[in-house]
Amino acid sequence: MKTKEKEEKMEIKESHWLYRKGTIINAKMMTKTEKWFEINLDDGELGHEPGQFVQVEILGVGEVPISICSSPTKRGSFELTVRAAGRVTTQMHKLDKGDRINIRGPFGRPFPVRQMFGNDILFVAGGLGIAPLRSLINYVMDNRRDFGKVDILLGCKSPKDMLFYDEIEKWSKRMDINFACTVDKAEPDWKGNVGLITTLIPGVNLNPERTYAVVVGPPVMYKFVIAELLKKNIPERHIVLSLERHMKCGMGKCGHCQIDHPKNYYCCKDGPTFTYDEVKDAKKL
Amino acid sequence: MKYHILEKRNLDLFIKNLSKKMKVVAPCKKGEKNYVFAEISSADEISENYIPTILPPKKYFMPQREKIIEFSMDGNLSAHCEKEKLAIFGVRTCDLSGIQCLNIVFNEKPVDCNFLMRKENIFIIGIECNKYCDEYASCAVVNSYLPNGGYDLFFTDVGEKYVINVNTQEGEDIIEDMKLPSALSNDMIALDKVREQKKKIFKNEINIDPSKIPQILEKAYNSKIWDEIGNKCVSCGNCTNVCPTCYCFDMDDKINLDLKTGERIRTWDSCQFETFAKVASGENFREERSLRQRHRVYRKFKFPVDKYNRFFCTGCGRCSRTCMAGINLKEILIKVAEEVKF
Repeated sequence: MKTKEKEEKMEIKESHWLYRKGTIINAKMMTKTEKWFEINLDDGELGHEPGQFVQVEILGVGEVPISICSSPTKRGSFELTVRAAGRVTTQMHKLDKGDRINIRGPFGRPFPVRQMFGNDILFVAGGLGIAPLRSLINYVMDNRRDFGKVDILLGCKSPKDMLFYDEIEKWSKRMDINFACTVDKAEPDWKGNVGLITTLIPGVNLNPERTYAVVVGPPVMYKFVIAELLKKNIPERHIVLSLERHMKCGMGKCGHCQIDHPKNYYCCKDGPTFTYDEVKDAKKL
Repeated sequence: MKYHILEKRNLDLFIKNLSKKMKVVAPCKKGEKNYVFAEISSADEISENYIPTILPPKKYFMPQREKIIEFSMDGNLSAHCEKEKLAIFGVRTCDLSGIQCLNIVFNEKPVDCNFLMRKENIFIIGIECNKYCDEYASCAVVNSYLPNGGYDLFFTDVGEKYVINVNTQEGEDIIEDMKLPSALSNDMIALDKVREQKKKIFKNEINIDPSKIPQILEKAYNSKIWDEIGNKCVSCGNCTNVCPTCYCFDMDDKINLDLKTGERIRTWDSCQFETFAKVASGENFREERSLRQRHRVYRKFKFPVDKYNRFFCTGCGRCSRTCMAGINLKEILIKVAEEVKF
């Protein structure tokens, strides 16, 4: 055996694996496990739409897909809310204001915002699902008159697990939205509802033909919430979901996020947002 | 189409000439029954009657471990591709088809620069199978037993000599450089004879109309057969590693010993591994082996048909040949078709 010529190393300037560099301009712990970051990119706007996600790289640790929780109507910077759940997110929690950060993206199919224009919107958020949904809620707020009636239903484990508490309090006071919130387990000083989020849906007054229901939450929540929405006669193609999968590359190649479904859906490219009629054959949403 | 002739006794000269220009790899014997693509410098190292190699030539297009990014902890980073001029000799039609599948995937936007740069530097010399390699092959079902492009030069054994089909200018340059004579009409007759003979040998191995396979699978989505296969499967990932069209990967960060620099490495991954579709919350979207096996079969015969209008199975039989649990792809298709009574 012999080696003819050494492998030649070529730089790839246009590689899709390269990062956009940015600075964390604000960060705070929102709950015990969730941290919020505001990020400024060196090369300008992120250029996302509601419902998209980015890949965050912590050098030497790895990459993690995170939903963007701010609306594109907010200029200059974007925001992420991160639960310390794995290796990379735990390291990410150690970052703070002033730290540098690497971003790839934005990736994924956004919420069908333009189809929703002129319709009533029912938001249903469970737990950490409020993070991706907030990108759309704030978008709708900032373009409020372009939409019909707006309802927001929010559910979480307990009052202290509630994300964006200050903002949610403002929503609850606005006259142009109907807001309801429930917790699975409450402390004695809690004045709101107690129970699963599904209990809030029957009480919503809606016109199913002109309502888009946007539902984001943990996989276990979808089945029950969707059953309630269908009871309300909302068409399957008007129920919009954002699915959770492990998007490793974001480019529809690595295979990890492919949905277990008879159709060929990559969550990172064909999703993460789907209408219910597209994915209803999946065993787990 | 241009055809040339190489006398078999001159193959060694051909290889030696070629290896003056670039590194040459070809199927070589490894152990009792196995073959691998490895570097050669003379024709006698080549195993002519080989069954498909353990790993397909995909390893040269998408290495098992590939450095994608180099970084330093202060935030500087750059993307690289390590490429070398390479000729792969003796690529069978099934593997040519496998390379074409990978081409399709990595050319889809956003394109994979690393794959494309490697590909540009690889010279492919195909070789025709005049008979079946063994009982695992199913190249007639997927129609990959005859050449459908994807090579620079293509060799067909017609007895004492090879008839060489020239498919690219780069191939033409090599042929001209070595001053190989053009094929004469009796050589072309011999080539036609080989092809005619092959049509008698290569027959649909599963007796199912290939165009019906996607519909059959769609009908069998909830079949019990997947449980049967799942019960046999040991989730070793051999079937996907040896598959010429499997390209799923993982990304890994490695820090060097100086603790100041590191690299991001792309490694092969397998949808058969338990954690492949698991997310950080602990939810696993393909927890059962049956679902993972179904996923694999769908990724060969259903999804790519919807997306690219072709099977991502090349009929090479590697997955069945290598499976420790005796899961056989042809048997799966036959069973599924029987169950849905197609």
